[in-house]
Amino acid sequence: MKSFDYAAPRTLDEALSLVAQNPQAQVLAGGTDLLVQLKNGRRETDLVIDLKRIAELKTIAFDPKKGLTVGAAVPCAQLCAHADLRQHYPSLAEVAGLIGGTAIQGRASLGGNLCNAAPSADSVPLMIALAAQARVAGPQGIRDVPVEDFCVAPGKNLLAPGEFLVNIFFPIPAAGFHAQYLRFTPRNEMDIAVVGVGVSTRVENGKITAARIALASVAPTPLFVKEAGDSLIGQAPTPEAIAQAASLAQAAAKPISDMRAPADYRRHLCGVLTRRALTAALAQ
Amino acid sequence: MKKVHVQLTLNGEPAEFLAEPRQTLLECLRDNLNLTGTKEGCGDGNCGSCSVLLDGQLVTSCLVLGVETDGLRVDTVEGIAKGSTLHPIQKAFIDNAALQCGICTPGFLMATKSLLEHNPNPTEPEIRLWLANNLCRCTGYDKIVRAVMIAAAEMQESAQ
Ligand SMILES: Cc1cc2nc3c(=O)[nH]c(=O)nc-3n(C[C@H](O)[C@H](O)[C@H](O)COP(=O)(O)OP(=O)(O)OC[C@H]3O[C@@H](n4cnc5c(N)ncnc54)[C@H](O)[C@@H]3O)c2cc1C
Ligand code: FES
Ligand code: FES
Repeated sequence: MKSFDYAAPRTLDEALSLVAQNPQAQVLAGGTDLLVQLKNGRRETDLVIDLKRIAELKTIAFDPKKGLTVGAAVPCAQLCAHADLRQHYPSLAEVAGLIGGTAIQGRASLGGNLCNAAPSADSVPLMIALAAQARVAGPQGIRDVPVEDFCVAPGKNLLAPGEFLVNIFFPIPAAGFHAQYLRFTPRNEMDIAVVGVGVSTRVENGKITAARIALASVAPTPLFVKEAGDSLIGQAPTPEAIAQAASLAQAAAKPISDMRAPADYRRHLCGVLTRRALTAALAQ
Repeated sequence: MKKVHVQLTLNGEPAEFLAEPRQTLLECLRDNLNLTGTKEGCGDGNCGSCSVLLDGQLVTSCLVLGVETDGLRVDTVEGIAKGSTLHPIQKAFIDNAALQCGICTPGFLMATKSLLEHNPNPTEPEIRLWLANNLCRCTGYDKIVRAVMIAAAEMQESAQ
């Protein structure tokens, strides 16, 4: 790696002024994307600002009335081990256990997965399905951004210079709410999603009253397919309703062909995985 | 760039080193502290041969900066034997031919130690999933998985 300086602020305020004064700096969470990119030259910097010494970024807080707040730098291994998270957001614990392998999960964070803005980021479609909100701090104060608006291009997010992500908030799941993330990878683990699908559904009195569907690896950014979720609302959870939502998700996908898969195959997988994920969520 | 003074607990003992911020923990262990047990395979988080425990958590030391470990606890393969008495995991690897060239072995030992701390009696699929972050080009994995099962059984027996 090329030389750089290192700072590890202890408070949000200290971090805010450091980030604001050094717009060329790179902020560091678990480093499983950033250090790889600094090593291979895809990124360069003269200052790395480590956010892991700031309490707000390293804590998980659960409020049974409001929801779950996950600090942007909390490693996946800690998410997998958190009792309330496992109980109330099992799909989130599952996706945290899917990123990389055991040692990667010891470092990799949801905040890093989101900020890195890879189209293939596994946690992002699920966070969109869970209607998560990203809390951003910057020189102008705090703002909350729906996760579906956070990534703007491959490797680019909407953070302005001086801003960073503080935490991600997940509303409390209502009765009858279930979520599911499914991905296709040639290997069982340590692989990048050819396609990923995150869904959530809510069923009340035999009718679907809420549904959200988002896709990974089929567009320049993680893709929220609002119309596919909306098509389910008011319907009974039948195979026909599921098939219709799956075909809408498939139609919204704009995949490319690359070394992992041709575009046609990705489009096909979108339909299959959306159907399976919805079927699983609705069967819970 | 200015070197940074890092103080940590290394294999249970206080330790310190001077590091350039761009040096990974792997480089600091090997080049600054002369602890060459931890190996570099890929340098990008895929092979697990550089695995160590950081505050008890399994991590790939090639994707940690040395300066990040200030005030933290680092455990490496050098710390797992008690003097000249090998750790049961080390013994099981040797007795069951779970290594050939040995480059991957320190990483597998640390990953196994971490596994058995979380789950003292893992099933074969659980072992294979936990060790998926560790690659071995020689053994074909079966002997490693068997050695882990044998180590787990022995550690449970001697704990009783
Ligand atoms: C071997 C290996 C396997 C992997 N497998 C998977 C996988 O299966 N699925 C998957 O989705 N990803 C995978 N990844 C990619 C990576 O582990 C994840 O994207 C991870 O979640 C990144 O989190 P991090 O905390 O390590 O981020 P970092 O590397 O610390 O940061 C990533 C980016 O986000 C920025 N950033 C981090 N935190 C903030 C913040 N709070 N505010 C503003 N910007 C911030 C950084 O500057 C950097 O640009 C893998 C990586 C490796 C090395
Ligand atoms: S050298 Fe660190 S994972 Fe391969
Ligand atoms: S023993 Fe040679 S790589 Fe595992």
